[in-house]
Amino acid sequence: MESYTEQIRALAVDLLKSGQVDVVIGYRRGTVPMATVPFLARTQKQAQELVWDSHCTLNLANYLTNRQEKIGIVAKGCDSRNIVNHIVENKIKREQLHIIGVPCKGMVNPKELQALFKDEIISCTEAADTLTIASAQAEVKVEREDHLRDNCALCTHRNPVIYDDLVGETVTEPVLEDPFKDVNAIEAMDTDTKWNYFDDLLKGCIRCYACRNACPLCYCPTCFVDESNPQWVGKGQNDTDIKTFHLLRAYHCAGRCTDCGACEAACPMDIHVRAFTRKLVKDSKELFGWEAGLDISKRPPLDTFAPDDPNDFIK
Amino acid sequence: MMANLLEHMGMEKDRVQFSWISSAEATKFAAVAREVAQSVEALGPNTKLVKGSD
Repeated sequence: MESYTEQIRALAVDLLKSGQVDVVIGYRRGTVPMATVPFLARTQKQAQELVWDSHCTLNLANYLTNRQEKIGIVAKGCDSRNIVNHIVENKIKREQLHIIGVPCKGMVNPKELQALFKDEIISCTEAADTLTIASAQAEVKVEREDHLRDNCALCTHRNPVIYDDLVGETVTEPVLEDPFKDVNAIEAMDTDTKWNYFDDLLKGCIRCYACRNACPLCYCPTCFVDESNPQWVGKGQNDTDIKTFHLLRAYHCAGRCTDCGACEAACPMDIHVRAFTRKLVKDSKELFGWEAGLDISKRPPLDTFAPDDPNDFIK
Repeated sequence: MMANLLEHMGMEKDRVQFSWISSAEATKFAAVAREVAQSVEALGPNTKLVKGSD
């Protein structure tokens, strides 16, 4: 993947030099191993800081909302789908964008890798599909495939769906036998077990709203949880308020969620926030035959009306 | 999808019901209201997503 980094830098420098874009949104190395941070490169020198590795977990479409300048943006499969969402929802114009598409081989789960060590990881390098991770006491080589994030392991849109330049070759899209195994497992539970499952799931929630802030879909100027007049939901640590927040935040993503996993990557408490949105992803597919962010010319299903929309739930 | 998500989270299916009734359909309104009341009564008092119950 190192060649990806070189190619991204070269493309970014060209774009900035020719004045085609004012800024390139990408990733740069974070302050700890196995972390990248979103980065807005405005000069050719800054463009040399851009990187690409197996830790580009946040979704860069999040940084496009209502921008006015010309933008170059690095996009893996899910970012590109969220860029499509942004264009469809009039949050950015296609003409403003120069999309540097990156066929994605999946991002790794840093917590899973940390669990392989007794002490703190101090470095991580990668060559092709192998990651070499070291702590002060040990060094381990792992295959990227074996330690993908949950959503990356379930991803069937690894190639960008929209791009102006493509970095590297397209990758083969995986075919999954049972893409909604996780959702089905919850559906099989009885009512109270489901309730308790979500109760346990949200035990650690500290209402920091990192999931919302990392989500490219959550761009409302004032989020419903921040409103005080009317106040839709309490702001404290009450279990009902916490669950209401997660329920409604997820529902606002119905038919729009690309399962990019930015919410879980951002969560400091390791909450499986996708348990909510996964159900919506499944229902969108089964009820409306819809996967979010694939086509710039189509509006999301809950935004349109069709005579054959499923309506069995209405008496 | 809202109904499905609520059910997925562990709300009882009959707790939340949806209907479309015109202002001219008084008998349908009465019938649906009765049916909803009966099915909710059968479920007993709601404790989920109620503040103070946890």
